[in-house]
Amino acid sequence: MMQPPPAIHIKDLRKVFTVSQQDSGARAALQGLVKRRTIQVAAVDGISFDLEPGEIVGFLGPNGAGKTTTLKMLSGLLHPTSGEVKVLGYIPWKREKSFLRQITLVMGQRNQLVWDIPAIHSFELNRAVYRIPPDIYRSTLDELTELLELKPLLNKPVRNLSLGERMKCEIAAGLLHRPTVVFLDEPTIGLDVTMQRRIRSFIAEYNQRFGATVLLTSHYMADVEALCRRVVVIHHGKLLFDGDLSALVQNFTDHKTIVVRLEDCQADLKEYGEVISCEDNQFTLRVPKAETARVTERLLADLPVIDLLVEDPPIEEVIERVFAQEKP
Amino acid sequence: MRALAGLYLQQFKTTMAMMFQYRAMLAIWMLGQVLEPLIYLIVWSAVSTGAGGSVGSYTTRDFAGYFVVLMLVNQFSYTWIMYDFEYRVREGLLSFALLKPVHPIHSDIADNVSSKLITLPAMVLIAIVLAFAFHASISPQPWAILVFIPVLLMAFMVRFLLEWTLALVAFWTTRVSAINQSYFVLMLFLSGQIAPLTLLPQPVQVIADLLPFRWVIGFPVELLLGKLSPVDALIGLGAQAAWIIVGYVLLRIVWKAGTKVYSAVGA
Repeated sequence: MMQPPPAIHIKDLRKVFTVSQQDSGARAALQGLVKRRTIQVAAVDGISFDLEPGEIVGFLGPNGAGKTTTLKMLSGLLHPTSGEVKVLGYIPWKREKSFLRQITLVMGQRNQLVWDIPAIHSFELNRAVYRIPPDIYRSTLDELTELLELKPLLNKPVRNLSLGERMKCEIAAGLLHRPTVVFLDEPTIGLDVTMQRRIRSFIAEYNQRFGATVLLTSHYMADVEALCRRVVVIHHGKLLFDGDLSALVQNFTDHKTIVVRLEDCQADLKEYGEVISCEDNQFTLRVPKAETARVTERLLADLPVIDLLVEDPPIEEVIERVFAQEKP
Repeated sequence: MRALAGLYLQQFKTTMAMMFQYRAMLAIWMLGQVLEPLIYLIVWSAVSTGAGGSVGSYTTRDFAGYFVVLMLVNQFSYTWIMYDFEYRVREGLLSFALLKPVHPIHSDIADNVSSKLITLPAMVLIAIVLAFAFHASISPQPWAILVFIPVLLMAFMVRFLLEWTLALVAFWTTRVSAINQSYFVLMLFLSGQIAPLTLLPQPVQVIADLLPFRWVIGFPVELLLGKLSPVDALIGLGAQAAWIIVGYVLLRIVWKAGTKVYSAVGA
């Protein structure tokens, strides 16, 4: 059997921007008039990865890591400085119509809906733009309306919607043409927890139903944990990690967390490990991974333990550590 | 072609919905479109009356006719794309437009045509009222009325192509207002908006002949007033056709270069 070609293929991708620099002060301003000092900044600096059709992958990195630049190169808005990009076999920056019909880019901080009128008008406009046949449009719209609970929102002017409501409409507008490749840039930014969860489960559902390939950036680890088995982490435009979320945790932490519940709170647990918190007779300890077994054994032997739990540190903490160091 | 018709129809509905959202703003905007030529009309009428009933080949009633027709022609060929484009680039709306499988110019054409169709009845009504109120003299030959229709359409096409192309400067710099201002000043003086071009000094008229502005406004107005010979009309049509070709070629070149820059420096 032949392996199907990857939905997304990136190899040694680079994007260098020329940025003009100006110091503060009148003299610098005058100098800037005559000759601008420019520097070259590599926003994306040689990254490679593939996505199989139907995969959902979390694309992580701190602000300015090069995530959005990469998404823009994948969707065809930016021309790479060097390297290979292919999406569904197309070269994105050529922006061929048959390519554009199969992708979408949803940006949490930008909106494409017409601001002053109800979202349904923007949906209808997209129907015409993507030439969606009426019956397919109807059924997709019904499906999206049901999954995202859009019914009460469709006929309100977009400017009157809350941030979360607007985001749901943005997502629906981006998916009406049933794209097979979906780029989501911070789709849950600024939303409350309930709304985040709703959008998350919607993305999972869309992926299942249509077999779409999804590349998702988010600052909320809950999004990533819920949706993505695989994550790609970049920092300063370079690839730091590509693999299973669980492997990321293994690779980047040398500690485990032990939560112990004692009969009373008198004990001093400093000698067992770093005490992170102590509430209601419940201690949280941080211990080096290699010593987890030994410390656990000692705790059980020495103290009146009611309950004991060994955990990996929370994913936020792991990510923070990944970003803090350059390369493991 | 059919798909584009569908898009145009949908854009028409959208534009209509937007205009009705802002009825008050629309009314104020239309008032502006009426007031500007009306002021020139009043000023020139006063000048003409003071000078004994005419200035050059224009009588007081000719001036009234000139500015009433100008109001309609201007309304029909007017676009607001140059203001819009800067905003689109700044807000990232252009990125969304570039990701659509249709050239963004189509929704602009559809949007402009739609808004004209929506406002035209009211403008025609106002023009008729003003024409009676100021005893405007508008006396075209039947052939001139017939030719006026394609001339008006071509005037819109010239203006649309040129302003759309000029708006693309926003790809290179987000501060396009200086360019817009210069364009509007040239337009004001060399299109015949401030005064009929035939009343201006000869050198200015030569310059106006060579530039596109006159063919967008002054020419259609003079045609409908009955001031042009069939030969003049043919020359004007030729000039419009030439500017449409120039505008189209320029638009393609600048669009290609602009999108290249946009995709190089960041969207």
